Amino acid sequence: MYPEIKKDLKEQSEITEILEDAGMEKKYSRSSLYKDAWRRLKKNKLAMIGLGIIIFLIIIAIFAPLVSPYNPIGRVKEESSLSPGMAHLFGTDLLGRDIFSRVIYGSRISLEVGVIAVGISVTIGLFFGAIAGYFGNVPDVLIMRMADIFFAFPYILGAIVIMTILGPGIMNIFIAIGILGWASFARIFRGSILSIKNKEYIEAARALGASNFRIIIKHIFPNAFAPIIVYATMNVGSAILVEAALSFLGLGVQPPTPAWGKMLSESLNYIDIAPWMMFFPGIAIVITVLGFVLLGDGLRDAFDPRLK
Amino acid sequence: MLYYIFKRVLQVIPVLIGVTLILFILMYIIPEDPARLILQKGATEQALANLREKMGIDKPLYVQYWRYVSGLAKGDLGTSYRYRRPVSDILAEHYPNSIRLALVAIVIEVIIGIFAGIISAVKKYSFWDVLVTISTTLAVCVPVFWLGMMFQVVFGLKLGWLPMSGMGDGSIKYYVLPAITLASVSTAFVARMTRGSMLEVLSNDYITTAYAKGLPEFKVITKHALKNALIPVVTLIGLDLGALMGGAILTETVFSWPGIGRTIYLAVLQRDAPVVVGGTIVLVLIFVAMNLIVDILYAWLDPRIRFEQKELNV
Repeated sequence: MYPEIKKDLKEQSEITEILEDAGMEKKYSRSSLYKDAWRRLKKNKLAMIGLGIIIFLIIIAIFAPLVSPYNPIGRVKEESSLSPGMAHLFGTDLLGRDIFSRVIYGSRISLEVGVIAVGISVTIGLFFGAIAGYFGNVPDVLIMRMADIFFAFPYILGAIVIMTILGPGIMNIFIAIGILGWASFARIFRGSILSIKNKEYIEAARALGASNFRIIIKHIFPNAFAPIIVYATMNVGSAILVEAALSFLGLGVQPPTPAWGKMLSESLNYIDIAPWMMFFPGIAIVITVLGFVLLGDGLRDAFDPRLK
Repeated sequence: MLYYIFKRVLQVIPVLIGVTLILFILMYIIPEDPARLILQKGATEQALANLREKMGIDKPLYVQYWRYVSGLAKGDLGTSYRYRRPVSDILAEHYPNSIRLALVAIVIEVIIGIFAGIISAVKKYSFWDVLVTISTTLAVCVPVFWLGMMFQVVFGLKLGWLPMSGMGDGSIKYYVLPAITLASVSTAFVARMTRGSMLEVLSNDYITTAYAKGLPEFKVITKHALKNALIPVVTLIGLDLGALMGGAILTETVFSWPGIGRTIYLAVLQRDAPVVVGGTIVLVLIFVAMNLIVDILYAWLDPRIRFEQKELNV
């Protein structure tokens, strides 16, 4: 008990310091929730490591042509299945392609899928979650029953079925993972709206004549958004894992485009003669997902210190 | 209690209708003509039309859906395009293997997960706690199929301790690697949940009382704390049986395990839609049923839930 009180007091004094620095008028600035969260996040070492990993990966993905030493799909017959060494850091595969370059280019697919697929889930989820939470009654029941149906599918299995029907390809991966994820976001957003919509300041806004749309966008949205950010960050990690699994099963990105999951399935037949082929893409997936998990955990603690 | 069970069962019905409808529509819009898949190249238009009529796929969507659902109620999942055998027979052959694997995985998950969770809660911030926290965080980030491949290389190929794939004669050594792989993520969740729930219980007054009475720590933890701490963990494990069956698709593929997951995967490659959809429906049914059972069990164990539900649904 005691150290916690001490910590609280310390944070209190820090807040006063900040307020004094900023001048009292800024005390109730609109973005203070997010500023506070950022201040707490900066102190969390693990979260900063996660953020560092993500920024590093984004840079690598953007500048892939500059960073990678070889063409990721260029084959050099004389250099096939070389073990890791100075010329080829991660070795080469059986077609003589440089694995290091392929891992670098693979980050593009993983990040794209993670961000775009989760973006689709968030968009659909917020739309339906807002309707269900704000209007209640029939729309609420209908939307939540729809969500139940989506919860009934194990994630991977659902993605596999959709990809079987749609056929392989990166656009279809966006759609499959994006559609499957909406229900959780809708449920979370609905929950936070329900807890906010009966607060006095919403009533005040309504009394002032604000429209439903305005109340949702201007008054509820900014306050209900924190859990969405947290969950979305964590979900990018799972989306990347699902994409890797789909590519591994041959339902994802098609060759010769380098994707980590695809590289792993290509290595499956050569684990005895070229084990390095499977080692590096796997490590890349683990580090990427770890980055999002660490940042997500940190964000959760930063937005709601009570949960810690 | 009866009221709660009734309500909960009613909630399942729209879910089942929705799931079958979605899967059926997906199968219906599949771009390929099933008749062509069955008869392959060189079939005459007349032969194709005859087969379509025989299969009933020239009828409108709602007629087909009704036929499918009424068949489903009788345990008929349609006929495989490739093998020309009832889907239910194909699934029944492979089903027991998946259940066995999932059960072994659950045993691993329960023993290791709960033990690790208790240790890290009781010895908070110790070396063991840090170790458990790091490994549970990592376990969630590792792709299951990659973990399986690494196991194959290390324990199968390099050390030669365990068979790399298949089910062989069904002896326990064939289960070890796939079961550990399948259990990895869930074990991490169980450990985390046990830790969290244990920490919460340990901060209660009655635990302090138990210590004050002079009971040894072992007894306080096993007899007093664990009983209450395990309620949420039991729920998680119950839900997991369903999830493990669905998640087995990757593990079974990597280890060539002759279960339902691998059957679905092979059907995906062969574009055998009835097997994919039938297998998925069965897995979803198990998942939904487990959810239902766990919810009812939980409400029975903890009366607060029944009343909360009632209040929320006014």
